Amino acid sequence: MARSPDRRPGFSRRAQYGIFTGYVIAVAGFLAGVAMLIVSIVNPQAFSSVRGAASEIARPAGEAGAETRAAGQSVISAIGAYFQAGRQNAALTREVAAARANAFTMQALEGENRRLKALLGIVDPAVKPIAAARLIGSTASSARRFAVLSAGAAQGVRPGQPVRSSAGLIGRVIEAGPGTARVLLVTDPENVVPVRRARDGLPAFVEGKSDGRIAIRLLNMGMNPLKRGDVFVTSGSGGLYPPGIPVAVVTEVLHDGGVGHLASDPADADFVVVLPVFQPTAVTALGASQQAAGPAPEASEAGGGN
Amino acid sequence: MPFPRLPDLPSIPMRPEELVRQRINRAPSPLLASGLPWVSVMLASLAAFSPVIASAPVLPPLAFMVFLAWRMLRPSLLPLWAGLPLGAFDDLYSGQPFGCGIVLWSAAMLVMDTVDNRLLWRSFVQDWAVASMLMAAYLVLSAGIAGLAAAYPLPLVIGPQLLVTLALYPLVTRAVALLDRVRLLPLRTV
Repeated sequence: MARSPDRRPGFSRRAQYGIFTGYVIAVAGFLAGVAMLIVSIVNPQAFSSVRGAASEIARPAGEAGAETRAAGQSVISAIGAYFQAGRQNAALTREVAAARANAFTMQALEGENRRLKALLGIVDPAVKPIAAARLIGSTASSARRFAVLSAGAAQGVRPGQPVRSSAGLIGRVIEAGPGTARVLLVTDPENVVPVRRARDGLPAFVEGKSDGRIAIRLLNMGMNPLKRGDVFVTSGSGGLYPPGIPVAVVTEVLHDGGVGHLASDPADADFVVVLPVFQPTAVTALGASQQAAGPAPEASEAGGGN
Repeated sequence: MPFPRLPDLPSIPMRPEELVRQRINRAPSPLLASGLPWVSVMLASLAAFSPVIASAPVLPPLAFMVFLAWRMLRPSLLPLWAGLPLGAFDDLYSGQPFGCGIVLWSAAMLVMDTVDNRLLWRSFVQDWAVASMLMAAYLVLSAGIAGLAAAYPLPLVIGPQLLVTLALYPLVTRAVALLDRVRLLPLRTV
């Protein structure tokens, strides 16, 4: 097939000027794009209002999609369960027996915990969630990991607030429009979360790897004490995330840390809950001191510092 | 109630042309004829609001693929500067730093123009090869720019996404070819 000849204008002045203007606008657009790109890399919040408005427009489609997702998952899991019923039954019976034993231990520990806390005079602040919403969209084809939430500033959602599902941490809000908000998922490389091992409180922080897994980095150097299956929960340091939210399960041990799976896959989360910032005063103080001290030598995370 | 036999069912037209019965005194609607490419690319941009909440980049860049497919099928339908508005729209939903789409889509249009000037003949395999190069460059550069914005080295997570993208491109061109036939349906009375 030969290419179409309609780019050759012949002797028409008008057509020639039209083509020339097209080239001028295309190159100018390219240069304008470069300028906007530089602006948005230097200041990531520069275009947040435009993005917020765009998410508002697409919100109905996203909500419909979120509902289909829930329905679709239940259909698929129902079919899957039919095929695996026998195996699943045996596995669940074993699991229930183990869980029953664990539950008694947990009750004892809970009582002890309460007594010890009363002894120390620690009062747990009652955390009342700000909003419950659906995740209505995500950046499924970009290397950055954002999701869009179906609640926004009208429901009290503000940038910085942590987002969790029933199974674990999802991320934190970075931009809030009137009816939608943009969530930086835990798997994004920019999201650094201070954590501790649930078993013994070993401090570490996790950092997204952008491929659905997260890197676990230990604070104390030396022998790597990680084992596969270790559960990491938020530690509450930094003041942003409330302590005790499951974040990751170690699946691979490296010489200086590990690689983990998410405790809560955002694809499985039907509803998520936006929580208030754990200790707002600490976060603002940290931000102010960081501003006073100038930029950190390497990419450190506001509020997620350790 | 007896199960309906095949001839009893109302026949579904197999080709878009069969949707319109009368063809004499009819012409394509100008709105549809020039607007459908833009609308289809923008709808593909909205694929971010699909039911999939991904924790890794898994979906191919559908909007860019539809855009390229239109450009290859009808070289003069989208103006040379179409990358500016369509890329900006894609940036609003893609999660990339704003401006990334504008730059890469505009550059793709300019590259396609050069390719059209150099290669005088077109074929399916050649179109696929050119599109593959453009899409691979697009994905690698997008990941690089995203890595730059997140102060993180280029994530090597785009491998599977790249393979899916290259394999899916002919399907996207088929879908765009179908849309092209819908675009030219004679709907307007002359």
